[in-house]
Amino acid sequence: MAEFHEISPNAPLSAKALNWVDNRFPLSKLFKEHMSEYYAPKNFNIWYIFGSLSLLVLVIQIVTGIFLVMHYKPDAALAFASVEYIMRDVPWGWLIRYMHSTGASAFFLMVYLHMFRGLLYGSYRKPRELVWLFGCGIFLALMAEAFMGYLLPWGQMSYWGAQVIVNLFSAIPFIGPDLALLIRGDFVVGDATLNRFFSFHVIAVPLVLLGLVVAHIIALHEVGSNNPDGVEIKADKDANGIPRDGIPFHPYYTVHDIFGVSVFLFVFSAIIFFAPEMGGYFLEYNNFIPANPYVTPAHIAPVWYFTPFYSMLRAVTTELMYVLMAVTVLGAGLAVAKVKMPTLFKGVIAIGAVVIVALMLLIEAKFWGVVAMGSGVVILFFLPWLDNSEVKSMRYRPTWHKYLYAVFVVDFLVLGYLGIQPPSDIANRVSQAGTLFYFGFFLLMPWWSRVGVFKPVPSRVVYKPH
Amino acid sequence: MSESVVKNGSVDAEKRTWLIASSAVGALGTAAVVVPFVASFQPSERAKAAGAAVEADISALKPGEKMTVEWRGKPVWIVRRTPEMLAALPKLDDQLVDPASTRKPEEQAPAYARNATRSIKPEYLVTIGICTHLGCSPSDKFQAGPQPSLPDDWQGGFLCPCHGSTFDLAGRVFKNKPAPDNLEVPPHMYLSDTKLLIGDDKKA
Repeated sequence: MAEFHEISPNAPLSAKALNWVDNRFPLSKLFKEHMSEYYAPKNFNIWYIFGSLSLLVLVIQIVTGIFLVMHYKPDAALAFASVEYIMRDVPWGWLIRYMHSTGASAFFLMVYLHMFRGLLYGSYRKPRELVWLFGCGIFLALMAEAFMGYLLPWGQMSYWGAQVIVNLFSAIPFIGPDLALLIRGDFVVGDATLNRFFSFHVIAVPLVLLGLVVAHIIALHEVGSNNPDGVEIKADKDANGIPRDGIPFHPYYTVHDIFGVSVFLFVFSAIIFFAPEMGGYFLEYNNFIPANPYVTPAHIAPVWYFTPFYSMLRAVTTELMYVLMAVTVLGAGLAVAKVKMPTLFKGVIAIGAVVIVALMLLIEAKFWGVVAMGSGVVILFFLPWLDNSEVKSMRYRPTWHKYLYAVFVVDFLVLGYLGIQPPSDIANRVSQAGTLFYFGFFLLMPWWSRVGVFKPVPSRVVYKPH
Repeated sequence: MSESVVKNGSVDAEKRTWLIASSAVGALGTAAVVVPFVASFQPSERAKAAGAAVEADISALKPGEKMTVEWRGKPVWIVRRTPEMLAALPKLDDQLVDPASTRKPEEQAPAYARNATRSIKPEYLVTIGICTHLGCSPSDKFQAGPQPSLPDDWQGGFLCPCHGSTFDLAGRVFKNKPAPDNLEVPPHMYLSDTKLLIGDDKKA
């Protein structure tokens, strides 16, 4: 608890007012801790703009969302028409709606780039594990938010997308069908489903999202930001206890970020005004047809930001299950034969592998498809403990790691592309290979991340003044 | 104040017992409050009441055509199969997951529809048009022969646009597709030669 601080009676009114507040609420203290005395590494590059931009898009989504709710009707009979009403009759309603729908895609683009930055520079490594975990939680909440929001316009894609995703839960053995019923609130996706998704989309998930964002930032400001060199700037402080390679977030990075925000808003506005549907990628054409429970559109696909994971779902067929069983047996066999550990552990691994293979044989491929899709996201949570490389930053990792990450990015993009396309035999084979690579990349990371010649990491960040 | 609670590090056992007991009761009470909230997610009485049987007039249905009626919010298809369509069915048996409707017989089809044509009258197929994979409604692909997304020896049937599962004209699923089961046959009965009752098979 801070001491009560008296101020000179001759001080200006603004100083007196601030002193009055500071004696009752840590306003100046919070500003110092998070802005003017938060020392961020001076060598941030372009990749470091996407965190701030994600926050900006979050604000855009919340503000536009509040205004959309003023005109939208969460009722299966009225929802579609109320969205068209916003688009045609509400003054500037089209702009607010397009800001919100484009904002959803922008949010995912910013978050994917922000996460890739973390991957490049090892920002999830000790001591930033919790920053990463909160971030993955934000990604998960964002996916839930986007999925439930997409039902609200009650178009054909809204309806059938929700039908498919809710039915994913019914693939879970024993409890699945009842769980799907509990989510839908009816025997098919209907008015009850729309109403509860509306509730989740406008209040429940946003609250969780905001809480996680606050936790993400508090955790980050506790440990300090990583940087493109992966050097801990706190290890080298001057006489005042300030990191030599750090600069105050305010004014340096606030001004820097305002520039990034301006560039972002140029592009964002251009999309809103000239290509708000983005050729069917941001708002799918079939979603301009009202929901019809009796006709599935000829080609249904999720919005682009879900398609890499959707490809993984589609890739798991009965055939791929045999490959996965072989991989399980091989993995367990290698662990038992090659890795040094007590006999007890070896027994547990062997029995575990047998149980998993048995379950793979017993439970249909549909369930494992759901498991693959979920694992594709959940595996990210484990990244801090999968990466065993000597250095954090890609700059000082063996050159072949860079190629591997390039292949990973291409793999992710290919999976995303295939998820948009209609199913075909060749596409299915490619997405099966892509899915195996995606999981191989993460599951084998504890081994491959140690292999190769690492470059020496400098003791201070590499920085060329402009 | 703190002196009365802890004296020289000793623990007041009675106080601790009551503390644990009251915490446990409090936790139980809080957990019990969750029940009505979770229960409110269940289908309402109104939703449950909307499941009554529906009648369908099939007098205008020509051979090779399909009609759709709504039952419990789901599309129920009635397909009048031509003799050629029926003749093709037995040839497919080795390409199907469950040609004889033996997997999950109770959920899949009533006893009177567990035969080679999965129907009461061979000519008429009555099935729920919801894919057993993830609940999309498959599209009609009655035309035999090679076409996009289908094998070259296609004999006519249904293709699910979502994940490419294929079904023959008895609603039986082909092997190596995401859908695990045949299309479901709802309980149904003929009220007359041209009137079908869907959703009920007990005589009134």
